[in-house]
Amino acid sequence: MASVTYDHVVKRYTADVTVVKDFNVEIKDKEFMVLVGPSGCGKSTALRMLAGLESITEGQIRIGDRVVNNVAAKDRDIAMVFQSYALYPHMSVYDNMAFPLQMQHMPKVDIDKRVKNASRILGLDNFLKRKPRALSGGQRQRVALGRAIVRSPKVFLLDEPLSNLDAKLRGQTRIELQKLHRDLETTFIYVTHDQVEAMTMGDRIAIMNAGILQQVGSPGDIYDHPANLFVAGFIGSPTMNFVPVTTSDSSAKASGFEVKLPKSVPAGKGTLGFRPETVTDRISDQSGTLQMKVDVVERLGSDQFLYGQVGSDSVTARVDPKMKVEPGDSVRLGLDTRTLHLFDAETELALI
Amino acid sequence: MTIAAAAPTAANTAARFSPRWLADQLQRYILHIVVIGLTVAWVVPTLGLLVSSIRPFSAQATSGWWTFFSNPTTFTLSNYTDVLSQSNLGQAFFNSFMIAVPATVLPVTIGAFAAYAFSWMRFPARNAIFLALVGLLAVPLQLTFIPILTFYVQNLHWTTDNLTATGIPGLPWVPLWLAHAGYGLPFSIYLLANFFRALPSDLFESAEIDGAGTLTVFFRIVMPLSVPAIASLVIFQFLWVWNDLLVALIYVGGAPEVAPLTVNLANLTNSLGQGSNLLTSAAFFSMIVPLIVFLSLQRYFVRGILAGSVKG
Repeated sequence: MASVTYDHVVKRYTADVTVVKDFNVEIKDKEFMVLVGPSGCGKSTALRMLAGLESITEGQIRIGDRVVNNVAAKDRDIAMVFQSYALYPHMSVYDNMAFPLQMQHMPKVDIDKRVKNASRILGLDNFLKRKPRALSGGQRQRVALGRAIVRSPKVFLLDEPLSNLDAKLRGQTRIELQKLHRDLETTFIYVTHDQVEAMTMGDRIAIMNAGILQQVGSPGDIYDHPANLFVAGFIGSPTMNFVPVTTSDSSAKASGFEVKLPKSVPAGKGTLGFRPETVTDRISDQSGTLQMKVDVVERLGSDQFLYGQVGSDSVTARVDPKMKVEPGDSVRLGLDTRTLHLFDAETELALI
Repeated sequence: MTIAAAAPTAANTAARFSPRWLADQLQRYILHIVVIGLTVAWVVPTLGLLVSSIRPFSAQATSGWWTFFSNPTTFTLSNYTDVLSQSNLGQAFFNSFMIAVPATVLPVTIGAFAAYAFSWMRFPARNAIFLALVGLLAVPLQLTFIPILTFYVQNLHWTTDNLTATGIPGLPWVPLWLAHAGYGLPFSIYLLANFFRALPSDLFESAEIDGAGTLTVFFRIVMPLSVPAIASLVIFQFLWVWNDLLVALIYVGGAPEVAPLTVNLANLTNSLGQGSNLLTSAAFFSMIVPLIVFLSLQRYFVRGILAGSVKG
């Protein structure tokens, strides 16, 4: 149980290949922190530096109060679950879980106690004698978790642990992992490229892009108040609508509509952002209206998404599933102006 | 015709003997044909040797082995009894073992350690050294006889007589063990390094986090996973040493106390071909051991030994 601090951490492979740039995050004790970003954004490297699998070029990483820059991986008191699970294929499930404890020269009785305990938590009791090849993907994933649990580490590192599971199992395991986090009361650091995993599991989310930390915050906070255009576009599905606008005082004019902004901004150019769920078939006094030419209709049962053109801009709308729309129709939709976002055209930072 | 097309099996029947069907069949059986062809090419000479070994010398000298089938009455075991009584077969057998076992264990063990270092440890000039080692594969071993023998004899005074005179059992074979180890190492390292390199790196990182040191990783993870590669290497090296005549003759000579089976067999026949009938039966004696080695190691060729390690 410990906090983790990244203090101005840099990872540079060669003079002009820097994969993590000035990374600063403080992860609290017992927190479930998710590092999320597109592939190649440096999130895995950030995790591997903490694990001790990559050297730290500049800056400090602390676990608790201890600087771990020069501490060997095995002495950092961490456990890691790999995307590939990395089970030892020639060892039984039991031996796979016992291996890290044997390396610590723990007495056999204690090893047995811990392995049995972990296998009970993870429901692996009936598989202890099996080899990994005789297990399903989900079971292997649990063995990998078990191998981490037995060590009772201060920090759990998980590197995309769900990406090799099928969609249904992924959903289940997501919930199991959250339960596990609650039961173990340990710091979890979880790397993923999947924003759904990030939103559903993280106490807090750190979003990275191109080696640079974009924003850290709770899922709700990030969803409602994205710090810049990248975060706004990365979080949320379907993605936020982005429309180039010209602003003057407290109104923004796009190619096909004009809306009142919740607060006044300097005149100029910008990008207006609004989530699909703010574009609906409900039109009230507070809402702006837009006329959409529908190209594609997606019915999901609980929702209905319309993809189409407003003026010369592409817009996605989420309307009542009972609304009858066909591709080619022109519909009048309401835009809830209370949750509008405006991004600076040049810096891409959020103005509203 | 319409009825035939309705059922898939019937459709196949309809297409039978068409050019397309013929091509499919050919493709399916071509592998079998090649394998059977190769097997026949290898088995026929061996069969000839076996048949010859049960024919008397007079028959061997006047007609081909295949004529035996039309006149099987000439069957005899005299070649086998002669070879057992005439030559020093038991001693030669023992010598061959004493040469082949260390000359296999040494290069495979050293090669495994070296291959691990080449594939998973970082040190300066790693690739250059590895390339140089691979280059050694191309050096004909005959080139090395004179410099190595000179070194053994002039610098170390390791002649067979000197080493035998010490009275320490096994010592006369040391030069040969070292020579075989040296000749076998480049291939050992090359083969094993390629195998080790293909092991998933996640396993090594996971073991590192779990607290396993280099030696633990080598013995508890790399070795168990490399059994198929090691087994094939052991077979290669053992057979090469077991069948070797030249290197043994050069480094230990033909004295019956130290010479292996191959040297003993070569001595059975003289330059005029007398005694060549004994070669046939003796060759079968010498084949027994390689066969046992191969058959007993064969079960370690497990396919998919890495299954279940990484990926779902």
